[in-house]
Amino acid sequence: MIYLDNAATTKPCAECINAVNAAMEQSFGNASSLHKLGTASIEIIARAKKTLLGALSGTKTPLDGNIIFTSGATESNNTALLGVMQKARGKRIVTTAVEHPSVARVLARLEENGFEAVKIAPRDYADFTEALADAVDENTALVSAMAVNNETGFKIDVVRLYENVKRKNPKTLVHIDAVQGFLKVPLAGDLISVSGHKIHSTKGIGALFIKKGINIPPLILGGGQQNNMRSGTEPVELIAGFDAAVRAYRGSEEHFTRLKGYLLEKLAQMNDIAVNSSGNCVPNIVNFSVRGVRSEIMLHSLEENGIYVSSGSACSKGKKSEVLPAFGISDKDIDCAVRVSFCAENTTDDIDVLCDGISKTIERVRR
Amino acid sequence: MKEIIMVKYGEIALKGINKKTFEDMLQSNIKRRLKKIGQFGYERMQSTIYIEPCDENADADAAVEALKKVFGIGAIQKCRVFPKDIETVKANLGDCLKDAFQGSDVKTFKVEAKRADKTFPLTSPEIQQQLGDAVLDAFPNLGVDVHNPDVTVRLEIRDNGAYLSAKRITGAGGMPVGSSGKALLMLSGGIDSPAAGYMMAKRGLIVDCIHYISPPYTSDRALAKVRKLCEEMTDYCGDIMFYCVPFTEIQEAIRDHCPEEYFTVIMRRLMVKIANRVCKKDGYGAIITGESLAQVASQTLYALGCTNAAAEYPVFRPLIGMDKIEITDIARRIGTFETSILPYEDCCTVFSPKHPRTKPHLDDVLKAEAVWDFDSMIEKAVEGTSVTRYKYGEETVFIE
Repeated sequence: MIYLDNAATTKPCAECINAVNAAMEQSFGNASSLHKLGTASIEIIARAKKTLLGALSGTKTPLDGNIIFTSGATESNNTALLGVMQKARGKRIVTTAVEHPSVARVLARLEENGFEAVKIAPRDYADFTEALADAVDENTALVSAMAVNNETGFKIDVVRLYENVKRKNPKTLVHIDAVQGFLKVPLAGDLISVSGHKIHSTKGIGALFIKKGINIPPLILGGGQQNNMRSGTEPVELIAGFDAAVRAYRGSEEHFTRLKGYLLEKLAQMNDIAVNSSGNCVPNIVNFSVRGVRSEIMLHSLEENGIYVSSGSACSKGKKSEVLPAFGISDKDIDCAVRVSFCAENTTDDIDVLCDGISKTIERVRR
Repeated sequence: MKEIIMVKYGEIALKGINKKTFEDMLQSNIKRRLKKIGQFGYERMQSTIYIEPCDENADADAAVEALKKVFGIGAIQKCRVFPKDIETVKANLGDCLKDAFQGSDVKTFKVEAKRADKTFPLTSPEIQQQLGDAVLDAFPNLGVDVHNPDVTVRLEIRDNGAYLSAKRITGAGGMPVGSSGKALLMLSGGIDSPAAGYMMAKRGLIVDCIHYISPPYTSDRALAKVRKLCEEMTDYCGDIMFYCVPFTEIQEAIRDHCPEEYFTVIMRRLMVKIANRVCKKDGYGAIITGESLAQVASQTLYALGCTNAAAEYPVFRPLIGMDKIEITDIARRIGTFETSILPYEDCCTVFSPKHPRTKPHLDDVLKAEAVWDFDSMIEKAVEGTSVTRYKYGEETVFIE
């Protein structure tokens, strides 16, 4: 099996599996319990928070704030956006036209309730990061942008965005959906959403960073766990696994850059292939269109040879991407778009097999 | 007071000397359905099957729901069984009938009595009179109408008790599945073919399904969807055998060697030829399709003529004169619609030409088909066909 769909989800690493196992066997206490087992769970959670804060602060500006654990990035995004706008004075939200549905749908709901969401499309601007900050005015309560786009790997300079937004309006809060950006690009923000299963942890765990001094109401009410920010018994096992996966993360930009370069070189030797991941993209996601071969056919044909890739975004299950047009990709190329996404384990040999599979499929299907 | 269910025959009540064969078949079909619900006892007389729950778990309401989907049943009635004492019946009347008299549209009733046990002290007209009075006492707002009542209250005095009922539920009608033999349904995954299968099962056919897959042009999800349809169809059709034919090579050969405007009609013909082989091998008497005249290019009079010419068995097309709305209504009613509209590519749309011939001539089609040796490919496809049995009431896991 050659797994090249790491932007959809990743295989849990051994460290994660061991940590989950150990927590289930030894530290299964409820973090709210007053006895020793409860205390052990509190310690696991505290350690994981520290790990996450450290990993998020991979830049010169250290992040100061709180981490709440959620069921995943969808909940993190919902908590952040609905929480901020519930207390917001301004009615305006600045965002991108390429957000994941877990942001886009929440903003659509907010629009129904009288807020205005200004959506900026990457295809219209040479400097997209600048364009986002430019759209901020004194009525803008929130900027919500994804650090790295899940379909193309397109990245924005989050650190610069944060600085520029604050310069234009210090009261505007910045939310970053860092599901694809976490551990890949430098991050900044007042609220940052991350997900476990994209970095070799398990599904069912995510986190939301909330900068010190920012108060938002919780999305989920109940027993008041996590300082009343996210009720529900903390899944200590998953948190332990998340912690371990972050610490063990092995992906490197250098490795990904080498793989992407190798892939692009090989694709360039084939006819009629359009690369949809421009220069301003992370190297671990490559989106391209094999003209004349519909995405799904390519996907299933590669699957027959044990190669797993994605047609656009795996979340949209057969529906046409609403995001790719905002990158200026034509309808025809969208029909043929394939997304390949790497992890540390992938090698150039994998890419050889992939490209061999692509060539064979072209030969078989393109008439 | 126990409850029993009376099942009245549909068409088979009119059968002659072979009526018993049909009755046996209906009863065994019913037994198979109700086995999942609990233990029931069966008794048969005068074109009626009496079904009695035999254990605590045997839920009469669940049984009625299942019976509504059994072909061959004209009507279903739930009855209360009383001791043969008119005063007991009268005393419990109000409680037993309140369901049937619910609703503002119920204004009139009549009482029908049957006295199978002639030792019962009252005659049928006397029973009717006494019960009628009792109903009027319990439901003073109702009136009597002996010609066109909204509700008919029935009391049957039989050897082992008095049977009171009021609500008559229309059954699925038709003939018991299996009484007409067996046929092979070409199941694509669309809205139409399950509806066609339903209609032919209603005429007493065992409906088994044949489906053609073309990976990588069609996906596992598309196949899972068709499997789900099979499972849903078992509600009405009973157990279904599912033939899954590998079709990729044939479709690629059509694409590579035949003129584009004939792709679809040649594909349909080759599908029918494969179905011919399966019919011959496993004893099916007909092929069923969901075709509806003029719905798409492959279902014009001319295209159907070309497809039909490939068939060696009668082809039943129960939807031929229906429009899409009528077909969709059936699919919704039998519960297959929601599955049918899941958006996965099926084999019919793979390589579909931009401008198909709507008036193909058989001679031209045969000429176009003759350029390639499809017979050996058909043989290979039949050999590679997998068969699965879908049993009534057994759920398989389906990936949405």
